[in-house]
Parts: sequence; C-alpha cells; structure tokens
Amino acid sequence: MKGEKVMNYLGKRSLKYRIVRDFKTNYFIYILALICLSYYFIFCYAPMGGVLIAFKNYKPTKGIWGSQWVGFKYFEQIFSSYFIVRLFRNTLLINVYDLLFGFPAPIILALLFNELTSTKFRRVVQTVTYLPHFISQVVICGIIVTFLSGDGLVNQILNMLGKESVIFLQNPRYFRTIYVGSGIWQNVGYGTILYLAALSNVDPQLLDAAAIDGCNRFMRVWHVTLPGITPTIIIMLILRIGNMMNVGFEKIILLYNPSTYETADVLSSFVYRYGLLEGNFSYSTAVGLLNSVINFTLLVAVNYISRRVSEISLW
Amino acid sequence: MSKKGSSNWMYGRRSLGSKIFDTFNVLFMIILMIITIYPFLYVLFASVSNPLLLMSHQGILWKPLGFTLKGYMLVLRNAGIKNGFLVTFFVVIVGTACNMIFSLLFSYVLSRRNLMWHSVITLLAVFTMFFNGGMIPTYIIVRDLGLIDSLWSLILPGLISTYNVIILRTALRSVPAELEESAKLDGAGDLRILVSVLIPVIVPTIAAITLFYMVGHWNAWSNALIYIKTPTKFPLQLVLRSILIRNQTEGAMSGEAYYAPGEDYAARMLLKYSTVIVSIIPIVCVYPFIQKYFTTGVMIGAIKG
Repeated sequence: MKGEKVMNYLGKRSLKYRIVRDFKTNYFIYILALICLSYYFIFCYAPMGGVLIAFKNYKPTKGIWGSQWVGFKYFEQIFSSYFIVRLFRNTLLINVYDLLFGFPAPIILALLFNELTSTKFRRVVQTVTYLPHFISQVVICGIIVTFLSGDGLVNQILNMLGKESVIFLQNPRYFRTIYVGSGIWQNVGYGTILYLAALSNVDPQLLDAAAIDGCNRFMRVWHVTLPGITPTIIIMLILRIGNMMNVGFEKIILLYNPSTYETADVLSSFVYRYGLLEGNFSYSTAVGLLNSVINFTLLVAVNYISRRVSEISLW
Repeated sequence: MSKKGSSNWMYGRRSLGSKIFDTFNVLFMIILMIITIYPFLYVLFASVSNPLLLMSHQGILWKPLGFTLKGYMLVLRNAGIKNGFLVTFFVVIVGTACNMIFSLLFSYVLSRRNLMWHSVITLLAVFTMFFNGGMIPTYIIVRDLGLIDSLWSLILPGLISTYNVIILRTALRSVPAELEESAKLDGAGDLRILVSVLIPVIVPTIAAITLFYMVGHWNAWSNALIYIKTPTKFPLQLVLRSILIRNQTEGAMSGEAYYAPGEDYAARMLLKYSTVIVSIIPIVCVYPFIQKYFTTGVMIGAIKG
C-alpha cells in the first residue's frame, strides 16, 4: 500500500518522493556540494551580481544596494568617449596578431615534433620548450625589459651591427610585436601538448595505407595527419575566438607605460588603472561588463557556427 | 614506439628529400632550444659576472665574465626579498592545501552520476569558466569580506579551479566501480571511500594538480597587487616586480625602498640578475616532476574531459 501512494498514473515514482529519497541517500554529498558551491556563490556569482554597479553611481560609503540608480549613463559615456575606440582597437589588434601567429605556431611545432625520428631527442626538446610556460610573468617581463632597455642585449647587438639603439619599450610601434612575440616564445612549446595528444590518436594504419598508395612524407602529413587532428584544432579555435576581446591585464601593465598607451592600453588594463587605481568603480565596471558580454556572445556565436558547419562544438 | 617501427619497414629506404627534411628539422629544434634557454643562461652568467666587466661587455655572453657571488649576497641581505619568500611560502603551502581539499571534495561530488541535482551543480560550476563579474565587483566583494591586506585574499578568491576539478572528476570516474562497491559493502561512508579507496588510485593526477596549484601560487602576483597594501605582506613576485621593472608606473616608488642608499648601478644590476635566478630555482627544481606527471595524469584528464 505504501508503494502505491508514491506512484503516479504513469507508474513512475512521484517527483516529491524521488527528491526526498535522493536527499536521504545522498545527504552527505549534498552537504559537501553546498560547502564547495558556497565558494562559487561568494567569489563568482556575488561579483556577477555586483555588476549592477555599472548601472548605479557607486559610492563605497553607501554600498552596492544603497547607491543611486543611473540606468545606462555610463554606457552612454563609454560610447561617446574617444578612449574607448583606442581600447577596443588595441584589444582586438593584439588578439588578431596572436591569432595569426600565436595560434598556428604550436600546431606547426607539434607536427615537427611528430616527425622527429629519435624519441629521446624529442623528449629533450619538449622538456626544454615547455619550461618558460612555468616561469612567472614578472620574471619573463623583467627579462624582456632588461634585454630591450637602452643598453640591453638587443641594443648591444644592434650597435655591433652598426645600427642605432632603439628604446623599444618607449615606442608604441613595437609594443604589439613585443607582446605577441614574447607570448609565442613563452607558450609555443607548452601549447603543443594538446595537439601531440591528438596526434598520438591518429591511426598508424592509415599512415601505412597512404604510404603504400604512394604518398610521400609531406602528403601523408597533409592528407592523413592534419585531418586527424582537425577536430582538436577547431575546438581550440572556438575557444580562441571566444577570447578575441580578451587580453589579460597582468602582462600589459608589466610592459606598458604612458608613452606606449597609444598601442598598449587594452580594456582590462584600463579597468585596472582607471577603476581600481583612480577609483572610478562604476564606469570601469561598465567597461568590464561590456567586455564580458562581447566575449560571451562571441563564444556562443562561434560555437553555433562551428556546430552548423563542422558538427564540432563545445556543447 | 611501434608506430615508428612499422614505418621503417613499410616505407623502405628514406628518400633524399626526406633525409634533408630530417636534418633541417633537427637543426631547427636545436635552434629552438637555444632560443628558449639562452635568455635564462644569459641571466645566470650575468648574475655571477664581475659587474664592471659586464658593463663594458657588448653583445652575447658565452660564459661568466670573472666570478663573484656578490649579487647573491645582496639577495640574501635584502629584507624585502626575504620577506617575500616567507609570504610566498605561506601562500604556497596553506593555499595549495586548501585548494586540494576543496577541489577533491568537489570533484567527488561531481563524479557521482546518480545524484539528482548533478547537472545543476555541474552547470553552476562550469558557467563560471565562461563568465565572471570582472575585476572591480570581485574587488568590492573581497573588500566587503574584510580580506583586504590579509593573506587570505591571495588564497580564497581562487580556492577552486573548475578546470582542475573537471580533470580530477574524470580521473575519479575512471576508477573501476567494483572497488567502490566492495568498500560500500564493508560499510564505508563517502569520506572513507574518497580517502582510502579513490585517492590512492588517482595519485598521479592528484600530484599533477597539486603541482599546478603550487606553481600557480608561486607565480601569482596580480591578486596581491590589488588586495595587499602593506609592503611587508608582499609576496615574492610583487617584490620582484619592483626590483625588475622599476621605471614602470606605480612600481617606481616602492621599488626604491629595496635599495640601500649609496648602492651603485653595478650592484643594482647584479641584484636584478641574481633575484631572477633565485626566484626561478624552485620552479626548475619542481619542473621535472611536473613533466613526469602531466603526461600521465593531466593529458588523459584533459582529453576525456
């Protein structure tokens, strides 16, 4: 009789019964989940709610709730300001350069690793090229600043070749090259890991069959190996393009200075400088929110297009 | 490698073009290694060189010019660096311990497929990988929690990395169900199963994730830049920043404090190079272990996840 009570007309257990039973059997796991999710609520979701201050005139003394609503005032200010064009252009251009040069670099390197005949040598090269990824941004930028300074290594070499010294980090023309180039130097080796994993899944029988059909080495790479890792490349491309309006502020603020703001100042470094250092919380939160929304939209859009075109997608 | 073995008899003798390619490929790799390693070697050579010889030297350094440990003595005597090391050690040890406890517990929760609210919990966590409140709302929350100028502001805001949790979850799910079933029959509870049955099986993955959290804490500096105000609470990387990148924006004033007055340009230069070496030594020591584990643990997790 007890069983009948909790069955609905389809013969399934009722929702309420299932929820109660689930909580009874798994109550300890739910306690754990609650403890861990509280981290997400405090440090991830509460700040998302805090984004409200983009629509308020935030005063630290009044708090988030007490401050006055101002609607889209800050967004109107953003779109009418001169700086915003510069910020968007710089953010986008750094990403475009990185997409053009930084994205293919680890793919090419992984293919070259894969063609090395000696596994021992290959392991040595991999170990060496992964290393810079684990060195801190501060140290890497410290080395960059030292090497590119007026009397640094690069200028010493330029002088020996009979050329004049260049103050690289004071000249806006060089900033993007330095930023993207040093990024490739630091991360190209580490970036190969995912592609190497994909390469190890390419069926060797396919390669053998291609060889029997008369494919030379380059053709085998082009027609067998590369198509084998295309799904991985597309997934990485979706993630990369979803980040097209995203440049971390850490490396920027280590390398830039007022004389290079023209090309170096990006959205995140502006939010840090104008928001945190100068205390314009609401305005720079609006800039940050705009940035996040664009990123998220890009990711969803690219993912949608990819699912339509190649049937590969993140979700 | 069976793949290479089969290639050799299958493809017969390598053609001339293929051999030329191999040679160039190896050459390219050697150049790549030199480009990767040389900047660090230069700094190492410069850090033990006689500063006067170094200043008059032009171009690439092939070996140290003279030999002196003066730079390292300066590092040892520098109160800011010593303090920075202590702060960073605290954050690395306590921070990583907290990271691992909560990441393991959460990955255990996410690995339970029979949980009714499983997908809701997963979605709540994964959504934060793609969207966040941004720097300033996060700052306001941290400030309202009273964490400003507390070392906990370097630990709590990044307590759980969803990416690492997903890797751990994948590893937990790959453990054969029979192990867990038999423990359950013996009357083990959830915590007991996690600690004595599951964790011992996924040690390689745990080691890799632990190392990733540790290296992350060692290298972190931007949270400290935002949340820490007192110079004696600066972690190593923030101290390094003011020593290495002095003429940049607001770092300039605080950078001055780390030099005793009257110290000349040469000493500063030595101090610069020596601090770089001292700060990367721990990473280079841990590095072989990271290497060893991320092939076994993380790659499997990353692909399946």
